[in-house]
Amino acid sequence: MLSSQTLKRSGALNSLWQYRHFVLSSIRNEMKTRFARSKLGGLWMIINPLSQVLIYALIFSNVLAAKLPDADNKYSYAFYLLAGQLAWMLFSEVISRCLNIFIEQGNLMKKMSFPRITLPAIVVGSSLLNNFFLMIAVFGIYVVFGQAFSMTMLWVIPLTFSVVLLAMGIGLILGILNVFLRDIGQVVPIILQIWFWFTPIVYPEKIIPESYRYLMEYNPMYSIVSSYHQVLVYNQAPHIENVAIVTAIAVVLVLFSLFLFRRASAEMVDVL
Amino acid sequence: MSLLSVQNLGKAFRSYHSEWKRFARWFGISTKASEEHWVLRNISFEIFPGEAIGIIGQNGAGKSTLLKMITGTLQSTEGTVRVNGRIAAILELGMGFNPELTGRQNVFHAAGLMGFNAKEIQQAMPGIEAFAEIGEYFDEPVRVYSSGMQVRVAFAVATAYRPEILIVDEALSVGDAYFQHKSFDRIREFQEQGTTLLIVSHDRGAIQSLCDRVILLENGAVIKDGEPEEVFDFYNAIIAEKENNRVEITQLDNGKMQTSSGTGEAKVKEIVLFNSKGEVVEFIGVGEQIELHIKVKVYQTIESLVLGYGIKDRLGQLIYGTNTWHTKQVINHPQAGEEYQFVIAFPANFGVGSYSVETALHDRDTHITNNYEWRNLALVFNIINIDKNQFAGCNWMNPNIMVKIKPDYP
Repeated sequence: MLSSQTLKRSGALNSLWQYRHFVLSSIRNEMKTRFARSKLGGLWMIINPLSQVLIYALIFSNVLAAKLPDADNKYSYAFYLLAGQLAWMLFSEVISRCLNIFIEQGNLMKKMSFPRITLPAIVVGSSLLNNFFLMIAVFGIYVVFGQAFSMTMLWVIPLTFSVVLLAMGIGLILGILNVFLRDIGQVVPIILQIWFWFTPIVYPEKIIPESYRYLMEYNPMYSIVSSYHQVLVYNQAPHIENVAIVTAIAVVLVLFSLFLFRRASAEMVDVL
Repeated sequence: MSLLSVQNLGKAFRSYHSEWKRFARWFGISTKASEEHWVLRNISFEIFPGEAIGIIGQNGAGKSTLLKMITGTLQSTEGTVRVNGRIAAILELGMGFNPELTGRQNVFHAAGLMGFNAKEIQQAMPGIEAFAEIGEYFDEPVRVYSSGMQVRVAFAVATAYRPEILIVDEALSVGDAYFQHKSFDRIREFQEQGTTLLIVSHDRGAIQSLCDRVILLENGAVIKDGEPEEVFDFYNAIIAEKENNRVEITQLDNGKMQTSSGTGEAKVKEIVLFNSKGEVVEFIGVGEQIELHIKVKVYQTIESLVLGYGIKDRLGQLIYGTNTWHTKQVINHPQAGEEYQFVIAFPANFGVGSYSVETALHDRDTHITNNYEWRNLALVFNIINIDKNQFAGCNWMNPNIMVKIKPDYP
């Protein structure tokens, strides 16, 4: 039990810990309600992204499969797609949901006093859970279609946390600003689209002309996605330093977003 | 030590020419807001354990903003709110209920939102279920609930744990009569155990029966803080003043004459209700002696002038009506420019509720032949029960009830 007084004094992380039960039960409720009254229920969580992969695979496999360095398995392009999508799905889900979370829950924030930091925490938690199920499905597909499971693949777990940190930092900053400047909510999905196509997910990075490839270095998702490729498709350890740099950027972004959150939360309810 | 201390509280809503200026402000760059709208300013008061405080004021006076700052959903612009204890608010009942989840799951969620952990919620669950009294529906999805059931569950969660301060905002009239009583009982129970009540309502009856102190807000400031009786009288005076002004404006402005009809040879210039003390009032106690003053101006010389009036309840049912033809007080040959005043004195033997007065100016016993002016809702007043025994209905009969142990006749 908490008095509103202690809530105000304690920091965001502290109140998040106090409200951990609420966060967990909210994630559970979200899962429950999202698929309430649907026959396939939770399977839709996996069917959706997989069908997307299937579409890309059908359309691009003839054009792009040959460009893959290791094309001995006829499913290798599908494996490549799956690995990239696994990373990107998480990234874009966290960003696009953080973007609107405060606006969606505006009414609740105006009427109830509770730590607002729980809202993005719920989003991140349920996105992680989604991604976990998708990951299991991806592993399953790999094994069924002839890619042997190896311990190297477990690198995905720390990589997942890098993606989440990066997405959380970006998403929270944009989500806070979006409350005040609603154009952000409109422009971010477009930018995400562009970003998706500027990251080698559907196509192999080899098809980027040599002279432009250096530009990729500035795309933090490039390091992440190519690490996903390394560990899942090519069975190699990721480029640790690249991932470390991205993770460091992500941590800075998260800290900045928390700072912004502290400054903005007083005014957020005023304009909602 | 005070339970709640509000010091110099103020709230301003700021708007900026560009939101970037707002962002810059967060980083310590001082920028000027293009517009600053103060909703509340210089609010100070202290509340002690066990008190029951009513907060009244007209719409837009800042009551909700004040409550939001006390509960912590809204941050103050200046000043402080110090709370020593837990606050529970019955503001919007059923807020955040998910229609796909069952009542039980929603209770779990709502109590979590209030900051309770799983164990505390499990312990309180049987009590919540029992209080809501919705039977097997408790484990059905909320989408199949009637709105009354939803309110029952919501109230049960909101009051599952006794808070140090309970805020009730216009929510006393939720649900059916049975549940209203039940919820009232619970609020009183909390009060007896030492919970401080903070009630926002327009319902004078509810506030007077629960509160021992009333704070009156007007234009974002506390203008009165004291005994309920005293504060309400002050409030009435403010409203009466405003109402009068409005009546004057309605008279002058032709665009606002829709409520009245007629040929216009004579018109009601002013209509005012006085209580027994000769004060202009909006709230009247049952049985109180009151006077209706109606000023009529004649614009064209006419054959005869009759004033009729009727008192209707809030559903528009006529409670009583008569005119000066029936009372044999017809004014014959009034001249243009003359003014007449009608003073109608009667005891307010009405039931509790809101009533309106309509007036009619015509030439004979009905307005069929010549209708000079007909005016609906010329005045609205409220009857409240201050000192009479409780009764139902629209008429106060003041019966004399005797209970005899030995009947007079076999």
